[in-house]
Amino acid sequence: MHPAYSVILFTTSSGAGFGLLAWLAFGILTSPPASSFTFYLVAFALAYTLAIGGLLCSTFHLGHPERAWRALSQWRTSWLSREGVAAIAALGIGALLALAALADVPVWLQRILAAPTLVLALATVWCTGMIYETLPTIRAWSHVLTTEVYLMLALASGALVLTTILALLGWPSPGAAWAAIVLLALSALMKAIYWNGIDAAPRTFTVGSAVGLGAGTKVRPLLEAHTEANFVMREMGYRVARKHADKLRLMVMAFAFAVPILLLVLLIAKPVLGPFAATLATISAGIGLFTERWLFFAEAQHVVTLYYGAARA
Amino acid sequence: MSEPKVATSVPPADEIKTTTCYMCACRCGIQVHLKDGKVRYIDGNRKHPVNRGVICGKGSAGIMQHYAPSRLKAPLLRTGPRGSGQFKEITWEEALTTATSWLSQVRASDPRKLAMFTGRDQSQSLTGWWAMQFGTPNFAAHGGFCSVNMAAAGLYTFGGSFWEFGEPDWEHTKYFLLFGVAEDHGSNPIKAALGKLKQRSAKIVSVNPVRTGYNAIADEWLGVKPGTDGVLVGALIHELFRTNNVDLDYLVRYTNAPWLVIQDKGAKDDGLFARDADGKVLAWDKTTDSLARADRTDITPALVGEFTLPDGRRAVPSFRLLAERFLSSEYTPEAAEKICGVPAGTIRRIAEEMADVAFQQTVTLPIKWTDWAGREHDSITGRPVSVHAMRGISAHSNGFHTCRMLHIMQILLGTIDVPGGFRYKAPFPRPAPPGARPVGKPEQVKPNTALPGMHLGFVHGPEDLLVDADGKPSRIDKAFSWEAPIAAHGMMQMVITNAALADPYPVDVLFMYMANMAWNSSMNIGATLDYLTATNEDGSYKIPKVIYSDAYASETVAYADLILPDTTYLERYDCISLLDRPISEPDGPADAIRHPVVAPDRNVRPFQDVLIELGARLGLPGFTKEDGTPRYPGGYPDYIVNHERSPGVGPLAGWRGADGSKFGMGEPNPKQLERYIENGAFHLHHLEPGQRYMKHANRGYLEFAKSVGFIPHADPIVFQLYCEPLQKFRLAARGHGSVQPPDRYRQRIERFFDPLPFWYAPFEGGLIDDRAYPMHAVTQRPMAMYHAWGSQNAWLRQIHAANRLFMHRDRARELGIGDDDWVWISSHIGRVKAQVQLMEGVNPDTVWTWNAIGKRAGAWGLDADAPEATRGFLLNHLIAELLPPRDGGYRYANADPVTGQAAWYDLRVRIEKAPAAEVHETFPRFEPLPSPTGITPPAVSDFGRAFNKDRA
Amino acid sequence: MTALPASTKRKLGLVIDLDTCVGCQACATSCKEWNTGGYSAPLSDIDPYGADPHGAWLNRVHAYDVGEGATSRTVHFPRSCLHCETPACVTVCPTGASYKRAEDGIVLVNPDTCIGCKLCSWACAYGAREFDAADGVMKKCTLCVDRIYNEHLPEEDRVPACVRACPTSARHFGDLGDPDSAVSQLVKQRGGVDLLPEMGFKPVNKYLPPRPRRDATTLAAPAAPETASPSNGSVMDRFFTWADQMLSR
Repeated sequence: MHPAYSVILFTTSSGAGFGLLAWLAFGILTSPPASSFTFYLVAFALAYTLAIGGLLCSTFHLGHPERAWRALSQWRTSWLSREGVAAIAALGIGALLALAALADVPVWLQRILAAPTLVLALATVWCTGMIYETLPTIRAWSHVLTTEVYLMLALASGALVLTTILALLGWPSPGAAWAAIVLLALSALMKAIYWNGIDAAPRTFTVGSAVGLGAGTKVRPLLEAHTEANFVMREMGYRVARKHADKLRLMVMAFAFAVPILLLVLLIAKPVLGPFAATLATISAGIGLFTERWLFFAEAQHVVTLYYGAARA
Repeated sequence: MSEPKVATSVPPADEIKTTTCYMCACRCGIQVHLKDGKVRYIDGNRKHPVNRGVICGKGSAGIMQHYAPSRLKAPLLRTGPRGSGQFKEITWEEALTTATSWLSQVRASDPRKLAMFTGRDQSQSLTGWWAMQFGTPNFAAHGGFCSVNMAAAGLYTFGGSFWEFGEPDWEHTKYFLLFGVAEDHGSNPIKAALGKLKQRSAKIVSVNPVRTGYNAIADEWLGVKPGTDGVLVGALIHELFRTNNVDLDYLVRYTNAPWLVIQDKGAKDDGLFARDADGKVLAWDKTTDSLARADRTDITPALVGEFTLPDGRRAVPSFRLLAERFLSSEYTPEAAEKICGVPAGTIRRIAEEMADVAFQQTVTLPIKWTDWAGREHDSITGRPVSVHAMRGISAHSNGFHTCRMLHIMQILLGTIDVPGGFRYKAPFPRPAPPGARPVGKPEQVKPNTALPGMHLGFVHGPEDLLVDADGKPSRIDKAFSWEAPIAAHGMMQMVITNAALADPYPVDVLFMYMANMAWNSSMNIGATLDYLTATNEDGSYKIPKVIYSDAYASETVAYADLILPDTTYLERYDCISLLDRPISEPDGPADAIRHPVVAPDRNVRPFQDVLIELGARLGLPGFTKEDGTPRYPGGYPDYIVNHERSPGVGPLAGWRGADGSKFGMGEPNPKQLERYIENGAFHLHHLEPGQRYMKHANRGYLEFAKSVGFIPHADPIVFQLYCEPLQKFRLAARGHGSVQPPDRYRQRIERFFDPLPFWYAPFEGGLIDDRAYPMHAVTQRPMAMYHAWGSQNAWLRQIHAANRLFMHRDRARELGIGDDDWVWISSHIGRVKAQVQLMEGVNPDTVWTWNAIGKRAGAWGLDADAPEATRGFLLNHLIAELLPPRDGGYRYANADPVTGQAAWYDLRVRIEKAPAAEVHETFPRFEPLPSPTGITPPAVSDFGRAFNKDRA
Repeated sequence: MTALPASTKRKLGLVIDLDTCVGCQACATSCKEWNTGGYSAPLSDIDPYGADPHGAWLNRVHAYDVGEGATSRTVHFPRSCLHCETPACVTVCPTGASYKRAEDGIVLVNPDTCIGCKLCSWACAYGAREFDAADGVMKKCTLCVDRIYNEHLPEEDRVPACVRACPTSARHFGDLGDPDSAVSQLVKQRGGVDLLPEMGFKPVNKYLPPRPRRDATTLAAPAAPETASPSNGSVMDRFFTWADQMLSR
């Protein structure tokens, strides 16, 4: 699949944004009241910047961005539509939560808003994952862990951003850092299982079946329909070379997980280095997650490639 | 939520105009649907006899031919050096004045110095007649590099041929063999027919080095080596003889099989037919055991044996010579297998299958008919084996004889013009060979004088050659000379070379129409471009003036001095005439017109209008009245209606006579074009059922054909298994007769003018080191581009913007070549670089590619970096127009020695992997050409939006 | 409207005969020509005369090398929307622009509401949906919905443009939901198949596989003749003896 930067930016940025929003809601639900105007201002602002920025980014790949509102209509059948509805609901109720937190209204009122914000923020990310997981045409995406990885990465990146905000504001939080470490480690584990899974998955769709000549028949392209690449080939024909992909996977493991975890350990061990370590961990994770998402597309083979030279998919 | 309401019944057109397509030789009927005065879409005319409603990939893309930004927009005069592509726009008045002044000087001094060659012209009966009125012997169209081998072989053998001359009886045939056919001459009819054969499960056998297109759906594919079809056919004939599967009754009735051939070595009539005192050919009558006139119907002619003539000399039936030839060891399946690669067992099986269908699965139609002798029959029985063949047979230096063998195979099976066999299309059959002789002997060419007849014809013996007393060619292309005596379509491919080399003489004006001779229509392009730009010591061009007419910015535009911009096919009148290349059906003669369905939006004029006006300005006899005023002031439509080639015979055969009631012959009808337009732009005359088969020997048909001027007399047309005119050339080569070849031709004429067909290896492989060039290389046009003029079509070029060199997977592996690798293709004259595509369905000794996809950068209105220029390539660069020197340094044309057909399928090459470090781009590439129109092509084409305003 | 109809009254679709298709591209260009000015107008072409020409097409014809060696064959393969019974391209659509008509089963995109998110093209296994970069919406085969019901066309022309054009009659149009229809009968006789049936989209369009060859791989060669012996005469003598018949003209 063609790794479109708009979609990659969208899913990584929005994932972190909704993850952060979920953590803020979770914090309000579970922590003793600890009002801090500055913290909420910075944290909610960042969550919204990441979430909305990502959503805006995603409209760049639309043919008609001005019609994007129409995407809210088909929530009964379409995960993309559900994602949009959930995102708007999460951001809407989350905005009330933000105002409530900033205005320091009674905590029970904040918690009434925090509970749905938490659920909707996670639901948004869940829907994003389900858009991909429910496409049987792309084996790597229809893997059972696709959505879980999306959710886990959103929570991990949200926790990391939260840790960073706290560190930068001078309130290093070992709790948040530990949460981020655990989630990053879990994410790494799940991603490894996912990669292992898609590598091991048998490619059962064959070109013989695609052209109706029998699944076992040897079929090779002789004349392309057109000599120059068409939309389908450009959009779905992209495939990263295996050797290159292996290097990029290592890079993901290092930048998205290993380096941030080490830096967070450093933050816990030497709180004085907190702001530095947290910022660096976030940047590193950003690079790693961007690469992870790029690979998510570039490694995914669409079944339509059978018509364009692939023997199996 | 409910479904959106879809407008399912929007009127697709305000007006539908019916006309004729013009992107190949098929000439299908089309309906042009116009909306808001613009072409909305084009589909097939269901009533049209050629395509019956279907349309091909090109025809459906005709709209983009019409919207192409490469359309020339005004007359141009060259301003920079030839080939620079620098022009200025001029008015039509300036253009016509310039052309007239150039041409009138030539006509007044030496009309030979106009060479007029018209490429894929569909109006040769006008352009040829114009050249005849001008008085130059130098006229032809593109047949010399297309398929004259087929036309000549067929016309000399049975008075017909494949493509426009006839076709299989698709309704009844049960066994169909396809020899060397890509999408040649008859694309939609063949496609429709293959569909029918498939529905009936008739067997289709393909003989072709490449298994694509039609060949891909054949029941059996025989992947022969190029140029070896002849030996395969010879072996099939061998098997038919060996197994006694020839139709002897058919042979004695309709062929010269029983005609006695004089056997008298060294005599001046050795190998000619034995004739009586009245010149009538003799046969041996077994009933009376005596000689008898062969045309008598009451004899029992002997097909074998040896007989004594009154003068004591020996004579044998020609059939015996034929049988001896093909029963010889040279044509056994085993011998053929070694040459063509088809297993002997397969050859035996195919022969057995053909014989089984021909003799055990006959088709009888209850049609009453009268034969040439006046005998009435209640039915016609056919042997339903049919053949179609095309360029894979014709574009070889052995194509004439190979094609003769094919026809002889059909005749031996008794399958000509019978149900299920091959059927003639009017005006064919004609006598074999037709009577018209070529015109243009030295004494027939005089200043300011028309030629006494049309240029192209059929030599019956050396006396008909267009040569001077020394045997030197009269024509610039050397057609009808000892170099190519039966060059019935001329040799357009030699014109530029010969003119630049002044061999046999220089010309002053080269006038071309619709022939991309500076690119894909020439062999050895680099040399051709050198010839077009070659100068004398004083700096003048060796070909002093070049006039060219084309509708598009082709490569050749840049090499002309004066450009006469033509219209597209939707903006013009045209005439698809029975005098020219007809569109008849076996069941009846047909012709058609084109008429303007939209007006040109630029300063262009139909070439035929321009030619008629030039004719009037030059004062050519046929184009001016006695008082010197133009004869056809209304241009081409005026000519189509009012021109009479002979009294009552004009360009169109339908609705003649003042009231439109006559067919074939009749005075001009001023409303003729209206009648054609009302009828869908065509006319089809339905033959009576009794006239539809056995036309060569069917009194009803022959008398009809005579009455409408197709044939000079209603005598039966006798198939010439043994071709006596060829023997006459042989005798001349042996020193007999007054017209003698120059000595260097004697051996060549002796060998190749065999009155019985034979197979010999194509020339190129024999003249070069074939171990250095072990592979054969051929080309074909892709269906979506077949016969289409270039890549200016935005849709078709998306399908084929670049081409690959296709080769067999196993051979590539042996050569260390992988899929998508770049390779060098080398021939004895040059090399070309291309990207490889491997495949299974190709003869392992053969590589092939799509022809004419490669374009010169900047031509055809394309950007200079278009794939056509960077990854598209031509094999033409590798094909020599002249063979390597021999016989004392003389270089013969790379052509069939009988007909002069360009032998571009004889090409031999070597394939080597290109070093990985090289740039992945084709070679050779020439300087980009500037656009002669100055039009910047659009970045997006979305013209269809205008047809759907509701959505905008 | 991305919910699929529980059932459709008819299942209109195409039957494509791979035994007869010669790969001429007539279906592809006639489709392009009709549809660029029809319901889907325009089918834009980008860089039409430049280095990278590409446009929106609703029908594309491939050719494949099938098998190896003597039994290999060349198969031409036209590919367009199969109007699946359970098309994922419809259910993933977030706007409802994609829908399957309850009346005849045709899968359509409403060009006025499509946002061009391309998700439907990801959901389609057959590459049938193309994004029109200049128009900003997805384009796909409409089964010429603006022809087959068009009262301004003669009745015999109320078929998809590709079927109308196909020179070899390799394309057939009809109701595959009606077991007695000509197309259903053809599918039955010739063993018509689904493409990628294991994906579960239940294509309506069917493909008729190439028929078995009648060539050296399936037919035995006749035995080689015995060489001529003095007793039975040479091949030539035997033939001349046979041909020495009393034949009348």
